[in-house]
Parts: sequence; C-alpha cells; structure tokens
Amino acid sequence: MNTTILEIKNVRKSFKDKEVLKDVNITVKKGSVYALLGANGAGKSTLLKIVTGLLNCDNGKVTIKNIDVADNPVLAQKLFSFSSQTTTVDGVLTGYENLHLIAKLRQERNPRKVAENLLDKFELTEAKDKAVSTYSGGMRRRLDLAMSLVGSPEIIFLDEPTTGLDPKSRQELWDTIKEMKSQGKTILLTTQYLEEADYLADQIGFLREGEIVANGTPDEMKRLAGADKLLLVFNNHHNTERALKLFEFYYPIKRADCEISIDLDEEIETTLTVLNALTTEKIELKTFKMITPTLDDVFMTLTKG
Amino acid sequence: MNAFQNISDTLTLANRIIKHNLRSIDTLIKVVAMPVMMLLLMVFIFGGAFQIPGVSEDEYINYVLPGILLMTIATGSAYTSLRINLDKTTGMFDRLKSMPIAKSSILGGQVVASVIFMLVSIIVVFIVGFIAGFRSDATFLEWLLLMLLILLFSLALTWISVPFGLAAESIEGASSFSYILLMLLFISSAFVPVEGMPKVVRIFAENQPMTPIIQTLRNLLDSQAVGNDLWISFGWMVLIILISYIFGLKVYRRV
Repeated sequence: MNTTILEIKNVRKSFKDKEVLKDVNITVKKGSVYALLGANGAGKSTLLKIVTGLLNCDNGKVTIKNIDVADNPVLAQKLFSFSSQTTTVDGVLTGYENLHLIAKLRQERNPRKVAENLLDKFELTEAKDKAVSTYSGGMRRRLDLAMSLVGSPEIIFLDEPTTGLDPKSRQELWDTIKEMKSQGKTILLTTQYLEEADYLADQIGFLREGEIVANGTPDEMKRLAGADKLLLVFNNHHNTERALKLFEFYYPIKRADCEISIDLDEEIETTLTVLNALTTEKIELKTFKMITPTLDDVFMTLTKG
Repeated sequence: MNAFQNISDTLTLANRIIKHNLRSIDTLIKVVAMPVMMLLLMVFIFGGAFQIPGVSEDEYINYVLPGILLMTIATGSAYTSLRINLDKTTGMFDRLKSMPIAKSSILGGQVVASVIFMLVSIIVVFIVGFIAGFRSDATFLEWLLLMLLILLFSLALTWISVPFGLAAESIEGASSFSYILLMLLFISSAFVPVEGMPKVVRIFAENQPMTPIIQTLRNLLDSQAVGNDLWISFGWMVLIILISYIFGLKVYRRV
C-alpha cells in the first residue's frame, strides 16, 4: 500500500512564452486516489498529457513503476489508461465495437469476452449494438470508463470525469471510481470541484497557475480553507444580541444585522449543542444553514498566504 | 514492438475507418454514386455534343473513363482528410496515442483504409463503365501497369490529404483542398482535348500532373504506346507522395 507507483519530478512546460507548468512534483501511492484540483487553465490537462506520453516536457521526468514515460512510452502505456476531458468514444461504432477495438489494440486474448463482460458490468448490454452517437451523456461516460478498464491497467487517468454530467450520473461515476479503488487500482483524476476531490481522494494536489500550491489529505486541505460555518438568522436585534452572548465560547461573528456565524470544528456536535441551547433559552430562530468552504475560499486563503 | 503487432494494429484501425465510410450515406453517395452519375452524364448527355477528333460518339466513354477514375479518387481523398480531421478534433488521436500500440499504426490505419476505399470505388466505376459500353483492348501486362498507376495515384492523393486533415481547424476546412484537385482535372485532357483550350490554359493543362496520368491510363486501356507520359506520371506521383509524407509527419508530430 505504501509503494510509490507514479512519480512526477520537477516537470516544467512552456508554450512559446507562456509557462504552463512551473516545477511540478507529485508522488502517487499504489492503490490510492489522487485528485489534481484546479480551475480552468491551471495546467491540469497539460500535466496529464505529459504524464501519459502525449506531450514532452521541457524539464523533469515522469516515471511509472520506475519506467520513464518519455523514454519508453509503449512500455509505460501498458500500465495505464487515459480518459480525456472530451469523453473520447467513437460515435459511429456501437458500444460493443468500441470496446472490442480497444481490447484488440491492447492485445487481449479474447477481445469478444472482454467487451461483453465490460458491457455487462457497466449496464450497457441492452444498448451494445446501437451506435454510440445515440447514447446519453451518462452512457457515453460509462462506456468511456469501461474502455479505460480494458487491458487491466494499474493506473487510470481521468481528466475531469464528471464535468457536464447530471447529478445522478455523477453519483454513479463516483461509485464506480470508489469500486475501482477497492479493486486495487490507482486513480489520478483532475477536477475543478473541492467537493469531488473531498469525496473521492486520499490525496489532493492544488494546482494554480502551473504550480502545486498546496497538497495533502482532504481534511488538511479543508483546514486550509477554514472550517465549515453555521449561519444563524434571527427575527430581531434582541434575539441576535442574546445569542451572541450565549455562544461567546464559540467566538461568533456578526455578519449582518440579524445574522451570526459560528465556526464548526466538530460539525454535528456543535450544531446540536447550539440548536439545543437556543431551544432551552427560548431564542426564536428564523432560519439556519451550514456554509461549507468552496473552492473560491481555498483560492482566497491560498492567495492571501 | 514487433512488426507483426504493427501490421495488426494498422489493420485493426483501418477496419474502424472502413466501418465509418460504409456507415456514412453521405460518403457513399459522394465517393461512389457521384462518379458513376458523372460517367453516365458525360457519356449519355454531354457525349453526344462533344466532337473530339478521332473519337467517335460510341467511343467517347473510352475517352472519358480515365478522367472519371481520377475524379473518383479525388473525391475519396476529401473524405480521408475529413476522417483524419475528425479524429484530431474529437480527441480520438489522443486516446489512441496514449495506448500501448505502434504509433505509426494510427496514421497508417487511415492511409490503408483510404486506399482500400478508393480502389473499391474504382472497381464500381469500372463495372458501371463496362455496362455502359466501355471496352478495352489492353493486354494483361497493360492492365497490371494500369492497376499499379491507379494504386500509386490513390496513395498520392491519400498522402496529400493527410497534412490538410491534420492542420485544418474544422471539418469544412479539411476537405477544401479536394476542390483544387477537381479543378486540375477539369483543366486537363480528362474530358476534352487540351488543343481546344486558350493558349495560357493549354500550357498549364499540358504541364500539370493530371494530363500525363490521364494520357497514360487512356493509352494503356487502348493498348497504345505510352511513351514518356508513363515516366512523367510516375515521377509526379513519387514526388507528391514524398513531399506530402514528409510534410504530413511534421504536422502529425505537432498535433
């Protein structure tokens, strides 16, 4: 579990005058999920292209199980698969033909069987003989993921896998990624959403303007962005002032005339204590809600630092 | 990476493109049906109006068939360029390039599929030609030489379409070069002799690659001496393949 499978070392890349990647270093452990978090244009896709051997870097190197990707692309490529942002499936071919094609190219001994099994696993058997151009977005993404599993790669690279998916398809995809992990696959995915990285990843790397500005576990990252907050809204000044006094211990912040917020270190416990206290003290509450730090908050914190 | 895997990957990928061609009604109409219509149009409608010295009305189909063959290949090349461009813009090239396969098979598959598709359309045009009254006195050796010439021309036009397909930003741009090829065909001896053309056009028509290729095909089918035209044709085609191959690979590395 603790062996390094992928190592990205001092990778730099410039397009003409623009420096897209500035000395990127990432280590991914075997069997873990690594999320590369960053906004549009941060350099995520460029980094993935270098890691998968589609693009050469100006400096540094990428090794997968000690195989240098730039020196030995085909050998390294046997160990991974790559799904790009655009969901690259062949629209003219059927779902079965897409899988069969990849299985043949990956030297599977029985491409037919590999294709049939994956169709079954991803619930595409019913649509297997239909042209992929008639598939829904979610089905295309499932097929794309099924294609990534052909040849039993050890690492799976997913470039923004949930972008453009509806909530239901997104949850399905998340479940699939978790399942892949439980089967021992190593996954490196890029995302723009903190929520997604939080849910899926063991390690998060925050890429901003071509630099890893922070990395760590999801909890470490969230601490960086500040804790979740509980927002309380009251009907009048009187109640607001009483609550401020009552919760002194939590260092409440007055955000507006009748609004206060409290930092939550222990989410459920603090929330319950606060709400119970309000009931016993008979302080009437208009509404309350939780505020989770967003990617923007992480951005703000990191730019401030 | 052994040679066997290289060939097998190329054929697997060529098979994919052939499926694309066969499932696209648009491709089939333009590449197979159009040249056939053109042939019938030339023979049964325009043929009667053209007076070509030394060619009787019945023989006009023999005169025009070589031009139609080249036209078939030229329209086919537009689709080669289009398929290459589609694979570039949809990210299919990236998916394939990131796989453990012989990298030359990606473009190679496109080239093989293109040449096969062109040759199949050529056979269809020949069959329709025979039905419409085309007859040839060519010997077996002449037929063989003819086939070699057609194969080389298919390969030349396929390779020309590679850099265009790779460099174009959109599908519309990718196939635009094929109009130039069709123009070249009309300004050659494909449908009417160059003798009747205005002087400047005539000089151009006599010295561009299409005319010697058509003359060679025509003479071979008619079992006549081919003379220097054969060598000039081979020269042009080898030159075209060489230049577009070098240029094509250069663009391919950047894509």
